[in-house]
Order: sequence, then structure tokens, then C-alpha cells
Amino acid sequence: MTVAIIGIGCTSFNSVTAEVSFKEQMFEAAVKAYADAGVNAREDIGSFLTAAEDYWEGYSIFDEFVPDQLGAVLRSVCTIGGDGLLALANGTMQIETGLFDVVAIEAHSKASDMLTFDGILTHALDPVYNRAFNVHPYFIAGLEMQRYLHETKTTREQCAAVVVKNKRNAMDNPLAAFPADMTVDEVINSTMVSHPLTQRDISPLADGMIVIVLASEKKAKELSDHPIWIKGLGWCSDTPWLEARDWGAAGYTNLARDRAYKRADIKNPRKEFDFAEVDDYFSYKELQHLEALQLCEPGKAGKLAEAGEFNRDGAFPVNVSGGRLGAGNLLEGSALQSVLECVYQLRGHAGKRQIKNAKTALAQSWRGVPTASGCVAVLSNEN
Amino acid sequence: MSKDMKELPGTPVSGKELKSDKIITFEWRPNAKYAWSAGIAYGRYLDELKEGRIIGRRCSRCKRIIVPPRMFCEQCFVATDEWVYCKDTGTVNTFSLSYLDADANRIKEPILVAVIDIDGASPGVGILHLLGNVDPKKIDVGMKVKAVWKPPEEREGAVTDILYWEPMED
Repeated sequence: MTVAIIGIGCTSFNSVTAEVSFKEQMFEAAVKAYADAGVNAREDIGSFLTAAEDYWEGYSIFDEFVPDQLGAVLRSVCTIGGDGLLALANGTMQIETGLFDVVAIEAHSKASDMLTFDGILTHALDPVYNRAFNVHPYFIAGLEMQRYLHETKTTREQCAAVVVKNKRNAMDNPLAAFPADMTVDEVINSTMVSHPLTQRDISPLADGMIVIVLASEKKAKELSDHPIWIKGLGWCSDTPWLEARDWGAAGYTNLARDRAYKRADIKNPRKEFDFAEVDDYFSYKELQHLEALQLCEPGKAGKLAEAGEFNRDGAFPVNVSGGRLGAGNLLEGSALQSVLECVYQLRGHAGKRQIKNAKTALAQSWRGVPTASGCVAVLSNEN
Repeated sequence: MSKDMKELPGTPVSGKELKSDKIITFEWRPNAKYAWSAGIAYGRYLDELKEGRIIGRRCSRCKRIIVPPRMFCEQCFVATDEWVYCKDTGTVNTFSLSYLDADANRIKEPILVAVIDIDGASPGVGILHLLGNVDPKKIDVGMKVKAVWKPPEEREGAVTDILYWEPMED
């Protein structure tokens, strides 16, 4: 591919950000990203894309509320109804058409503005078949975790090991909202939400904004000392039917993975990637996703997690940023949080949590319950 | 209807039939509630309204004074840098007489909606509000108007702390 990430900017991630409006936060992230890229928003950026969901924001046609704080007034702007990686994919394609040299993408969460996140999530269920039972929508994660544990003989303790790892990783990520030094016992003995899923298996919501600047090969070489190349991309949606989906595995990842790996010429993912940032909305999701991404054998992720394989100093580091569990669940923004970490690592700018000699990275997203949609991106510091 | 079509296709459905059990529909009222952080700009603006003042921000690059205030200039894409008080007088930029209320009920006395360029802010910069104490037929673009405020003890830090804008006497 011929598109690179040349700028990143974000706010820190916090459970509450009552002191600033989402516009003021987005402005902060955009200013940082454009400075990092060395571009002037009003002169150099051809197109702007945001990934947003109206119901998270509480505005109909949220698209209309983004140009000001991105420097996008009287410019080409559109909003993607999907996670941040889908915006990255669309931004990349816009550059590949030759229409634009430089494109800015944005994704965020201002979850603290929602008083009834649970009600809004229920509103995403099938109105006839799935809303009638007066049950919190996280029951979907409970159903999925149950089936996954059943099929793979993974244990709740192994899922809890993911929580412990990611929250501990977050302790070295100054952006993270929920760093903690927790034990497996604390996770499995925390309040039961939807058996076998406990409160600590669930990533807590956080606020945070992320802006990323993309550029064509020519522009990237001209502007950036450390472009991070987008080598492969894919996205996929499974059926929304709760009555007929693959509960044991993250099937929506498969096509996204195949497309991204093919484009990036990845044949042995475990050997060719130096690390991965994968979706961990719930503890077991990280394990499901690692298996779907062929980073371990099917059904083996739990054992490997328990053995420390995916720790920062393990054989294959996963979610060194802390993921959603440690950095915070940024809704559509978490997908870009994964990209952000990949860029820090691939630039060698990850400070205390730097993975040595990292060259190629994998970022994967899932849109959360009740969806069966996700994206995959392959990133590298070598063109 | 086009000349080729004498009758609309399909089976017409009456309102009565829609409400009967002949047609299956699903009703749902989402539980979607929000409390948005006002942040710096909205927050200060509303605080000032409570005090009976209109405040804006100045952009040092384009020199515009922007009302309602923003912490960044959307034209220059730079942070604005100074709070500036404006007057509570202005000029009607555009207006409309709405014969529908928010629930689309027909109303006899129109709601007088206007964009008012605020004195002290840059030309073409203003606020959306209502006109009042005026014969709708006499409203025109360019009319000078002045804010009519709620009594101080009734103000709550909302745009409705100004009741409406009325014509200024020459």
C-alpha cells in the first residue's frame, strides 16, 4: 500500500471530563495530531473523516457538529458509522483514489455525557425478538463467554489473566484511565454481571479523543521522519441475529483478517508481527480475537495468556497499551487507541513500555455488543 | 401524479386501519438520556447570561470577535485568546415567522425566529433568538433590536434568560 500515518494526537483518557466539551477535547487532539504531522489543517488537509454513532453523542446527524474543531469548515467531511479503524480504512482509500494527499481521521468517546448508556445499548437490539426480556444487554457477552468457555475448555481464571495483564500494562501508559495491579481472584470474585462474566471482565467506559493524519507515499516521505505504513486492511460483519451467530468464535474477524494479511503478504502472523493490539471489550474477547487472528491455535489463547505468553515481556506482547480494559473503553475511539499504540511502538516512542525492535504490528477492532463487526489493520515502520 | 398514472398503485390504508390490529407494528420509546459537559465556552457564556451580559471570544489571527464564544476559531483553526463583552443590542440578519411549534402543531400567532448580529461582535456573527413586542409585518432585515431580559432573580444560566429582542427606538 502507499498510505502512511504521519501524525497522531489525542487527549488523555478519563472516566469523566466534565470540565471540557467534546468540541474542546477534539480540538486538543486535532491540534496535537496536525503539529505532529507538520501540516496546516486549513491548507494541507484535503479530507476529514470521523467515526461516530449518533446515539453515543445524543445528536441526530452528528456529522454536522465536527468541522469546526477539526479545521474542516468548508472542506470535504464525512462521518463513518463504524469504529475508528473503519474510518482509517476509508481515509486510506480516499488517498488511494488520488483525490487527496493528506486526510485526517477522528474517533472518540464522550461516554460520560450519556446518562443511560444501558438504555441506549438496549436500543441497539432487535426490537421484536430481543428487547422484551428486561435484561441488561451485557447478557450477550455472558452468552458468548459461556459458549466460548464450553467449546475451548478455557477457564474463567484464564480470562481473568487477560484483565490482570491489561490493567497492569496500563500502569505504564500515562494516557490510560484504569491502570490497576489486580489479581485473578479479584477479577473472578468481583460482582457477577451475567454469568460467567463478572464486573472486572468488562472494560469500563472512558472519555477520550484521537486524531490521526494519513498521507500518500510521496507526501509522507516529504513530511515525516517516521511514517508508519498501512500495509493491509480488512473489515467484516457477521449476521446480527443473536439466534444464529457463531457464539464460540469471533467469526467476523476472519474475512477482515484474510484481506488484511493478503494485502500485507502476511503468511505466518505469529512470526511476522512483533506485537498486537486487539479488542478486549470483555476479557474473553481478547482470547477469541487472538485465535481468530491466527496468533495461536484455536482454543489455546487462554492457556497461553495464563502462562504469560502475551505479557509485555512475553513471547508475543498483546495490548501493551492496556487495551480497553486498562486504557478505557472509548467506544468507536478504542480502535484508534490501538492504532495509536502501534504508532508509538513502531516509532520507538513508547517510553517505558517500548517493545524492542518492533517493526510490524497488528491492530484489530470489534464494535462491541450487540454487534458482530470488526476490522483488522497491519502497520509497519518499513515501506 | 404524472399523465401516465391515473391512480396510485397499491392498497390504501386508512388511519383507523393503522390503529387496528389488522396491521402489526412495534412501539418502543428509547431510554436515551444525556447530560453534556458544557465545557469552557458554553459554560462561561451561560454564566454571563445569568449576570445579564453577553460575552464572546476574540481570535487574534483573523481579529474576529465570536459570539457565542468558542475556544477555537473555526476559520483560522487556532485557539481564541481573549474574552470580550459585547452589547445586548444588535441587528436582524435574517428572520422567519414560524406557524408550527416544535411538535408541528399549527399556531395562529407565529414564533418570530431571528439571527441577530450582536453589537461589539464581528459583522455576520450573532446569536439565534426570538423577536418580541413587535408587529410581525414590521420586522425586516437590518432592523435594530435590543434584548429584553428576565428579572435577575429568575435567570438560570440559559439562553432563555433573554426573553426576546425588541425593536430599538430611533
